Amino acid sequence: MTGGYGPIGAGLAAIGAGIGIGQVGGKAVEAIARQPEAISKIQTNMIIAMALVEGVALFAVVVALLG
Amino acid sequence: MYKSPNLKSKLFKLSLIYAFFLMIGSFPLSGFSQESKPAASEKRYDPKDDIMEHIADKHEWHLIGTSYIPLPVILYTDKGIELFSSGNLQPAGTLYKGRHYTYKLVGNKIEAVDDAGKLDEAANKKIWDFSITSNVASMWLAMAVLLVLFLSVSSTYKKRVGKAPKGLQSFMEPLVVFIRDDVARPNIGVKYVRFMPLLLTIFFFILFNNLAGIIPVFPAGYNLTGNIAVTFTLAIIIFLVVNVNGNKNYWKHIFLPDVPFWILPIMWIVEISGIFSKPLALMIRLFANMTAGHIVVLSLISLIFIFNTLWVSPVSVAFVVFIDAIEILVAFLQAYIFTILSALFIGMAVEEHHQEVI
Repeated sequence: MTGGYGPIGAGLAAIGAGIGIGQVGGKAVEAIARQPEAISKIQTNMIIAMALVEGVALFAVVVALLG
Repeated sequence: MYKSPNLKSKLFKLSLIYAFFLMIGSFPLSGFSQESKPAASEKRYDPKDDIMEHIADKHEWHLIGTSYIPLPVILYTDKGIELFSSGNLQPAGTLYKGRHYTYKLVGNKIEAVDDAGKLDEAANKKIWDFSITSNVASMWLAMAVLLVLFLSVSSTYKKRVGKAPKGLQSFMEPLVVFIRDDVARPNIGVKYVRFMPLLLTIFFFILFNNLAGIIPVFPAGYNLTGNIAVTFTLAIIIFLVVNVNGNKNYWKHIFLPDVPFWILPIMWIVEISGIFSKPLALMIRLFANMTAGHIVVLSLISLIFIFNTLWVSPVSVAFVVFIDAIEILVAFLQAYIFTILSALFIGMAVEEHHQEVI
């Protein structure tokens, strides 16, 4: 394959982000279903965990596009 | 029989919101104005240059079409300071004879060249570029707007002590109270008052600049938080605040955690790299999220130019409206995430020792 492998790396990072955020979101929704009155606390923690997972995936995207 | 529209119905309100977003998406990104292709050349349109031109920093402030505001160029060379307007370097490739060297605009960088136009390597290394670029000018604009906004709100608070908030106050108060009660106090604990100004500044600065990156018309439409130097500076501020305010407990956790002695060397590597990697993650997260959003929007618009037909525009504009709505959410989210993670790190640095319960 000619050319750089950067875009392939970026696509793989997107898979990682998708799996990770999907897991976090799924567990959060399950937790809300079990205990609806804790919804705001669960939501806050879900957002924080989502941002951290996305941060790691974006590391990979930045490195992939730089190379 | 004519039934007048129900102005209170949900459908009407939804249509208003949809029309508003549609209006935002229909502003043409004027950097793409191209003259009609000459019949002979079949060169494929490469969107990369146009996209990079909109995201990167430049020495002039772009208005509409090809008009721009030339910004001052300030260079610190080894022979002295140079100060001239960047209009002297336009159109691209013009040589400008400054007081000490001759300059040319290569891409977005100013390079010193000799009189024939060739790059002067030795002189380039000694030139430091302190110009007022478009990012700097737009950052000053953002700072001015934020100062005006918050100074007016705070003076209103002083005048209306004890009375209910009115006007702009009632818009700012929920946000400020949200930062205080849901971000600062749970994470930092009792000492949160000292850090409130920092957290509020960071939140509103990032939020304002993120939102301004989505509005395409002058004077908004600049990509400030997608500039890694800006996010680097914000991360450095957090790094300094966390480590300067770290108490004995914080440093004890880093250098002498409660683990068996033979794990200590590994813990040192992990913890010390953690000191640097946490602000680094803050920097990259904000930069990559904002830049990626802008690149997606610009790529969807340049679809029209790649297919080179007008009939792609409804599809393209619909996509862009959708992505712009997501971008607004991401703007708020990234400002909130930066703030809450900073509060978390500060909280870890100032927390008192609590006895471990076995």
